[in-house]
Amino acid sequence: MSKPLRREDVAHVAKLARLHLDETELDEFTKQLGDVLEHAKDIESLDLEGVLPTAHPFGLVNVVRSDTVTASLQRDAVLRSAPDAENGRFAVPRIVGEAP
Amino acid sequence: MKTARDIAKNVNNGSSATLELEETLVRIKEQNDELNVFLYVDEQGARAAAQRVDEIVARGENAGPLAGVPIALKDNLCTVDVPTTCASKILDGWRPPYSATVVEKILAAGAVPVGKTNLDEFAMGSSTENSAFGPTRNPLDPSRVPGGSSGGSAAAVASQMTTLSLGSDTGGSIRQPAALCGIVGVKPTYGLVSRYGLVAFASSLDQIGPFASNVTDAATLLEAVAGHDSRDSTSLVEPSPSLVAHVEDGVKGRRVALVRELVDGADEDVVESVMKAVETLRAAGATIFELSIPELRLGLSAYYLIAPAEASSNLARFDGVRYGLRVDADDVAAMNEATRTAGFGKEVKRRIMLGTYALSAGYYDAYYGQALKVRTMTIEAFKRAYQQADLLIGATTPSVAFAFGSKTNDPMAMYLSDVFTIPTNLSGDAAISVPFGTGEADLPVGVQLLGPGRSEASLFSAARVLERADGRE
Repeated sequence: MSKPLRREDVAHVAKLARLHLDETELDEFTKQLGDVLEHAKDIESLDLEGVLPTAHPFGLVNVVRSDTVTASLQRDAVLRSAPDAENGRFAVPRIVGEAP
Repeated sequence: MKTARDIAKNVNNGSSATLELEETLVRIKEQNDELNVFLYVDEQGARAAAQRVDEIVARGENAGPLAGVPIALKDNLCTVDVPTTCASKILDGWRPPYSATVVEKILAAGAVPVGKTNLDEFAMGSSTENSAFGPTRNPLDPSRVPGGSSGGSAAAVASQMTTLSLGSDTGGSIRQPAALCGIVGVKPTYGLVSRYGLVAFASSLDQIGPFASNVTDAATLLEAVAGHDSRDSTSLVEPSPSLVAHVEDGVKGRRVALVRELVDGADEDVVESVMKAVETLRAAGATIFELSIPELRLGLSAYYLIAPAEASSNLARFDGVRYGLRVDADDVAAMNEATRTAGFGKEVKRRIMLGTYALSAGYYDAYYGQALKVRTMTIEAFKRAYQQADLLIGATTPSVAFAFGSKTNDPMAMYLSDVFTIPTNLSGDAAISVPFGTGEADLPVGVQLLGPGRSEASLFSAARVLERADGRE
């Protein structure tokens, strides 16, 4: 059985999910997410050895299409609603620091 | 109230779609301030669509099974060049470069899309209180919620602002608001309706479906939007079923099981309506028996691990780079975090957190892996049930429409309002909620009929029996 959810677990997960939580939210989320995980103990404790997991309800496997050229979205139409675009590309702030 | 079938018939016979639309726009203007149903009304686009329908009819051609019928779209369905917000600040200013397949299909059927309806942000919620643009009010009692997450689409039809609407159902988001607003709502078989252009919440559970004031209209709309779409690799390849033709088939000889787990814990008034519905089906010639499917009790826990896990992955794309909002910061990672922190509301953050946790190292097997196995158990349990029964019956929701704020501080209490609808999403099967009788404060009760994959025709015919018995021809 998993250990109860701690405040530092929530802070760590927020970092992974690229969310900033303030002190109040950390407390609130620790309690609320803990409640959901507490409820999930009903399935956590089941012995499901040998049961296969389901990812798609009807067991769909790879879907392929014929390799033919079809029309796709126009680049300008896609970039129009982006926060920032430059030279036909999405523009973002710097990713790595300046060389020393 | 004119039905969609009446409007389509009249319009195809030469009555004006444009006039029908103008009356719709007046109703929206009169009621939307109070009810907050529409996030965006596309008057220009709607007028153009209505005019096209009128021109087709003027040429002597048939404009389709939904000719001139005003329809509302949940605002997580992409509409080309028309704002699509998912009721989130993070999509602020975004206008999709393409339309969802369902939008193209309803236009081809002659329908007139009038605007985008409110929802719980990214379809996460059961009351429409999680919208960044304020809650929608229940037209039957504005002090209560319309349900959710497709609360705006349900309220659009219940208030008669539009004749039809489309929503999406990931854990009950069509059936639950339909029940709370006293209308018909359908969660079709997974893959029956293309999800192309539906902003993804939990891709293995999401399905688009219709709302209507009556069963026949719901069947007409579903028939118009169903069918294989090469742009959605999960869409079923089988030809889409004929539905409208079977609405009046009745239930004679059908085996219907009342499922204990789909009424246990429901309020007394709700249970009473379900029992009356059972007797109605018996009187109409169905064979009724009781059934217990204990695995369904595990659905809620499995769902609240699987859906957030998929959501945490799907919503990673909202990072301030490609759509809508960006909050500037010195580097990309800080910009991503600042944008997501400012753009997402609390419930969305909660679910992303829950999903990220359930998928993280050390917890994956205990939570997500275990939930996927419970999903298998749910599917097997339904399969066994459908060897004995053609249809299952139970409640759609544990209670009638509840008051604003009554569950907002306790996510688990809110999640429990989906306890009867969730199992069908896990199994990928079909279910319908049909209003039948009333409960507390004279508010409508939704009865839920469930069937195996692709059993929609049979669900519609049983729902129609209940509708007639409830005094709605």
